[in-house]
Amino acid sequence: MNPELQGRAFAPTAPYLVGREKVREFSRAVFAANPINNDVDAARAAGYRDVVAPPTFAIVLQQFTLDQLVNEPDSGIDMTHIVHGEQRFAYTRPIVAGDELTATLAVTSIKTLGGNAMVTAESAIADSEGKHVVTATSVLVVRGDA
Amino acid sequence: MSVTVNVGDVIAEQSFELSRDTLVRYAGASGDFNSIHYRDDVAASVGLPGVLAHGMLTMGIAIQPVVDWIGDSAKVLEYGVRFTRPVVVDPVLGQTITVVAKVGAVDDGVARIDLTVTVNGETVLGKAQARVAVL
Repeated sequence: MNPELQGRAFAPTAPYLVGREKVREFSRAVFAANPINNDVDAARAAGYRDVVAPPTFAIVLQQFTLDQLVNEPDSGIDMTHIVHGEQRFAYTRPIVAGDELTATLAVTSIKTLGGNAMVTAESAIADSEGKHVVTATSVLVVRGDA
Repeated sequence: MSVTVNVGDVIAEQSFELSRDTLVRYAGASGDFNSIHYRDDVAASVGLPGVLAHGMLTMGIAIQPVVDWIGDSAKVLEYGVRFTRPVVVDPVLGQTITVVAKVGAVDDGVARIDLTVTVNGETVLGKAQARVAVL
């Protein structure tokens, strides 16, 4: 892959409106049975505007930025050669239904080892007021063979 | 909610039954439609031992006992894992993921929760840790 991707500036992704039913669908998919993830009244009683997305929901936003990365004309990344090595999230607040979110990608590190590359992709996710919600960090291993 | 935590405390232990339906449901919910997560022929063609659970599904499940324990997702400040071993999901038998959550450290109102996530007695996530506000 192309080492010059490190430090490149990427445009924020198009605004993504977090839907209540999407949060419920995602909650069910990851066995998040907590009432605040599923029930509007329970979420409001806990001080939220609407149902709260489970912690790993931010990957949905990050995926848009990883698509941006792979689709750069000079990325040199073959989608079928990517292995997800590591994932981290650092939260300012949970994602709540009704949030309109954008994600901005930064490639913070590219290390090559043999024919493989280890890429650290950091996606800062912000709400419609530009306030930070969560930063999602993926470490991807891009195999250089075949 | 304020909770009392001591290093070494096991705060949660829970098992989750996965089936192929679980994987299809996660594919739809997350938008990750990589076919190694639902097609045996594709998984075999790339040399995998079978259809695999999405790493992000395993990660998403593993934090749930912690969220249930602390009672509020807003108290989860950080969460990270390494994907160290694939989780094969048999079409008939499915697969069981077991999560044990233990307090690894407490400092200034923040607990580090260490997660041991196993399938058939083998760990599938490495360095799985969450930082959780406990004050």
